[in-house]
Amino acid sequence: MAHKPANVTGEANLGRGNISIERVSKIYEPFGARVSAVDNCSLSIDAGQFVAIVGPSGCGKTTLLNAIAGFDTITSGAILLDGEVISAQRKQIRPGPDRVVVFQNGALFPWKTMMANIVYGPIKQKKMARREAEKIAIALLKKVGLEGIQDKYPGEVSSGMQRRVEILRALINQPTVMLLDEPFRALDAVAKSVMHRFLLDLFDDSPRTTIFITHDLEEAIFLADKVIVMTTRPARVKVVHEIELPRPRTRAIIGSEHFMRTKRSLLDVVHEEALKAFQSGEREMA
Amino acid sequence: MSVNALKLRGSNVGGKISSYVRGALSVKTLEGIVSLVAFVALWQAAVSLRIPYISNLPFPGQVWNSLGEAAGTSGYWLSWVASLKRILISFIIAQVVGVPLGLFMGMSKPFRQLIFPVFEIVRPIPPIAWIPLAILFWPTEELSIYALTFIGPFFVIVLNVMQGVASIDQSFKRAALSLGAKPSDIFWKIMLPGALPSILTGMTVGIGVAWNVLIAAEMIAGRNGLGRMTWEAYTNGNIPLIIVGMISIGVAGYLCSSLVRLIGENCMPWQRRF
Repeated sequence: MAHKPANVTGEANLGRGNISIERVSKIYEPFGARVSAVDNCSLSIDAGQFVAIVGPSGCGKTTLLNAIAGFDTITSGAILLDGEVISAQRKQIRPGPDRVVVFQNGALFPWKTMMANIVYGPIKQKKMARREAEKIAIALLKKVGLEGIQDKYPGEVSSGMQRRVEILRALINQPTVMLLDEPFRALDAVAKSVMHRFLLDLFDDSPRTTIFITHDLEEAIFLADKVIVMTTRPARVKVVHEIELPRPRTRAIIGSEHFMRTKRSLLDVVHEEALKAFQSGEREMA
Repeated sequence: MSVNALKLRGSNVGGKISSYVRGALSVKTLEGIVSLVAFVALWQAAVSLRIPYISNLPFPGQVWNSLGEAAGTSGYWLSWVASLKRILISFIIAQVVGVPLGLFMGMSKPFRQLIFPVFEIVRPIPPIAWIPLAILFWPTEELSIYALTFIGPFFVIVLNVMQGVASIDQSFKRAALSLGAKPSDIFWKIMLPGALPSILTGMTVGIGVAWNVLIAAEMIAGRNGLGRMTWEAYTNGNIPLIIVGMISIGVAGYLCSSLVRLIGENCMPWQRRF
C-alpha cells in the first residue's frame, strides 16, 4: 500500500498514554444539594491498554471520563497522564486532541460532510494541509471499507456508519488516549458486533490507551484487557479484572471456557450493583 | 421561472440532487396547476349559483380584466416596488439585529436572564398595536412603516434562534474542543451552523408576519404600496381591484417565502427539504 494508514494512526504514541487516577472525588452541587458522583476513585491504566469501565447507568462513569477529557473538573484527587497532572482540584487542562472523545449519541457535525468531519481535527490544529489530511482520510475510509461515503452528510448514512466515521475522526489525530463513552449504546446487536470487529481491528493495528465506557458486560470482556466494575453512585472502583484472552480476538472466544468463566464471575458483581442502583431509584442497567 | 432557474443553479452540489429538485418541482407544478384551476372553477360556480354573500363577489373573469388594466398602469407596479422595498429592508434589519441577539441569549444564561423578562412582556403585544405609537414616534410615515415591519418578524426570529442555540447538543461543542478547536471557534463554527435550521424557521415564519404587519401599516399609514392600493380600491368601491390587490399581496408573500426557502436550502445542503 502506498500510504499505510497504520502509520497515521499510531506508533508515534508507543509507550505513551499511562493514566493514573488518584483518589478522585467529584461532588456536584446543583441547587445547593450536594450530590457525590465519584467517591475516592483510584485506578491505573497502562499505556496501550484497552480498559472497559462497567457500571449502572448514571453511576458517575461519564463524570470520570469527562474529567479525563477536560470537560469537567474534579473536587479532589488528581488525574495524571504520563506523569503530568491533567486534572486536580485547582487545575484542569483544557480538552485537546491528545484525549479525543467519542460520544454516546454521536457528535459528527451534521452540517459537514464525512470528509470535512474527519479532517476537522488535523486542520484545526494546523497539523496537516487540507490535501494531505484528505488523502489520509480517504486511506482510512478505504481501510475500513467505507470508501465512497466521503461526500455524504452524516444524516444520509446509517448510525453504524456514522459511529465508525466518528471513530476515524478521532483516530486521525493520533490521540494518546481514546475515550469512548458508550459509543455503541444506540445500536442493535448486529450493528454492534460489526462495530466491535471494527474497533478491535483498529486497536490491533495500533494499540493505544483506550477507555471504553459501557454497561454491557459481554462487550466489555470481549474488547478489553481490563474490566473495571464501578459501584452505583457515588462511583467507586468495585472490581478490577484482568482479561487474559489473546489478541487478535474473534467472536469465537465468546463461547470459550475462559470467557464464560469471567462473565459468570463478573456478572454477580455487576448484578449486585445494578440491584442497589435499582433499589435506590436509579435507572436500571441492562 | 427565474425562481426555478435559481433553484437549479444553486444546487449544483450534485447532479443527483438537482435532478431530484427538478423531479420534485414538476410534481409540485402539476399539483399546483390542478389546485389553482379547481379554486377558480369553484369561485366561478359559487358566484354563478348565487350562493348568498359569495354572490356579491365579482366573477374571476372580471378580476382578471381588472388585473390586466392595473398591470398596464405604472401605479400598480410602483405599489409592488414600494411594498417589496419595505419588506426587504425591514426584514434584513430584523435578521441582522435579531439573529445575533438570539444567539447571545441562547449561549449566555446571564444575558438571557437579563433580557428575557422585558422581551417576554413586549413580545405578546401584536405588532399592529404598535401602529399608533409608531406613527407618533417616527418623523415620517415611511419610517413608521419600516419600524412596524421590523417589529413583526423581530421577536419571532430572536425566539427561534435562542431556542435553536439552547437545543444544540452539548456534544458538538465538546467534540470540537476535543478535536483541537479553540473556544473562540465555538461561536462561529459550532453554534452558528448548529442554529442555522432554527434561524431558517425564524425567517420562514418571520417573513409571513412581516407581510401581515406591512399591509396593515400601509392601509393605515401608507401613501403607497400594495396594502394602500387595496385600501384605496375599497374606498373607491372597486371590488375587482380589491381582489387584485389581495391576490397581488398573496403572490408577493409567496415569492418572498420561496426566496427564504431557497436561501435556506442553499445554506444548509445537509438538510434539504422539498
